[in-house]
Amino acid sequence: MHPVRKQRLIIVLAIVALSSLAIGLLVYALSENINLFYPPAKFSANEVPREVRVRAGGCVEPGSVVRDSDSLLVKFALVDGTGRLKVAYDGILPDLFAEGEAAVVNGTWSNNNVFYADQVLAKHDETYMPPEVAEAMNNGEQHQASCEEANYGS
Amino acid sequence: MLLAWQWFHRLGSPRWFYDKSSRWLIWLMPLTLALLATGLVWGLAFAPIDAKQGDSYRIIFIHMPAAVVALAGYYVMAVAGAVGLIWRMKLPFMVMKSAAPIGAVLTALTLITGSLWGHPTWGTFWEWDARNIFMLILLFLYLGIILLGSIYPSRDAGDKACALLALVGTVNVPIIYKSVDWWYSLHQPASIKFTGESSIHASMLYPLLICVVAYYCVFSLALILYTRHEILVREARTQWVKDLSQLPGKNQGGAHAKL
Repeated sequence: MHPVRKQRLIIVLAIVALSSLAIGLLVYALSENINLFYPPAKFSANEVPREVRVRAGGCVEPGSVVRDSDSLLVKFALVDGTGRLKVAYDGILPDLFAEGEAAVVNGTWSNNNVFYADQVLAKHDETYMPPEVAEAMNNGEQHQASCEEANYGS
Repeated sequence: MLLAWQWFHRLGSPRWFYDKSSRWLIWLMPLTLALLATGLVWGLAFAPIDAKQGDSYRIIFIHMPAAVVALAGYYVMAVAGAVGLIWRMKLPFMVMKSAAPIGAVLTALTLITGSLWGHPTWGTFWEWDARNIFMLILLFLYLGIILLGSIYPSRDAGDKACALLALVGTVNVPIIYKSVDWWYSLHQPASIKFTGESSIHASMLYPLLICVVAYYCVFSLALILYTRHEILVREARTQWVKDLSQLPGKNQGGAHAKL
């Protein structure tokens, strides 16, 4: 390789390496802010500010969803490996919201330890399968397992 | 080794590329159409519905391959820019310039289809999720490179500036790819895994893989066509391009006589 081109190659590699390092450090420093939501474990550990708008995300605990009989009010709990967060929401839930599935809620964490959500988003997992296959796999047990696996602490 | 360099330098010649690529197009065009038709028809019409999402999951056959190729295309653009900077060859800069609009279209397609899928699935068209944010930055990078190339009075300076921006932006690609693993995000992690079993059923995986290959072909096809156009624009004053525009056929003597 011609020495001039070799020198240019080194300069190009240096540009890529240094700019990647700079942007990488910047993104790393902002990591906490890039997380979309707090996991339930952070709420249980009392590391989330109260009475300000935050997002929480976790697995909807099977059996925890209670719907009010004469309004849209719905109460449920979000769980992960170690934490549990009580959520109250008054509104229409997305189609994919279900027990044993992940959800992200937007709202405020009140002093009485209830998270008052004004938006509920369903977080779809990465599994895709036809209905017949899903039935054969016994969905009930799957749901239980997916909640126990949920761990956002890593 | 010497032979490899010779081949490399020939590849840098716009005329050589223009001649060769006309032959590549003959088989690449039908191949692309066949793959795209197979993948999309299989995926959109014949693949089974998803147990939870029903039919709305089918947007994955348009969304995910577009995202994959938008990311891979960025590397094509950046590597072409780097080769242009190091060897000062004409062709790599033309490839770089041609890749930008294709990548921008694919990125926009990814964002639009993702938004259309997000509304029925997540419950929102847009969320400031890590994946979404960095994909939006990728769109701005592509658009920035398109704009940057057009504002410089000298083509040479514009090419170098574009190559620099493309190289600095490369760090965004691994960030997009790993964003769903590094941060708590709404976007689901990858379904197709390089190691271990994929979490998408085989009946949906095969049409999806065909779509990915088809999108790579679409990208290559568009890149070759754009680059050929760019060659004609930039080399318009050379003799071989002037000869091309004379008349079809290679017997220029006879053609001139008739005119």
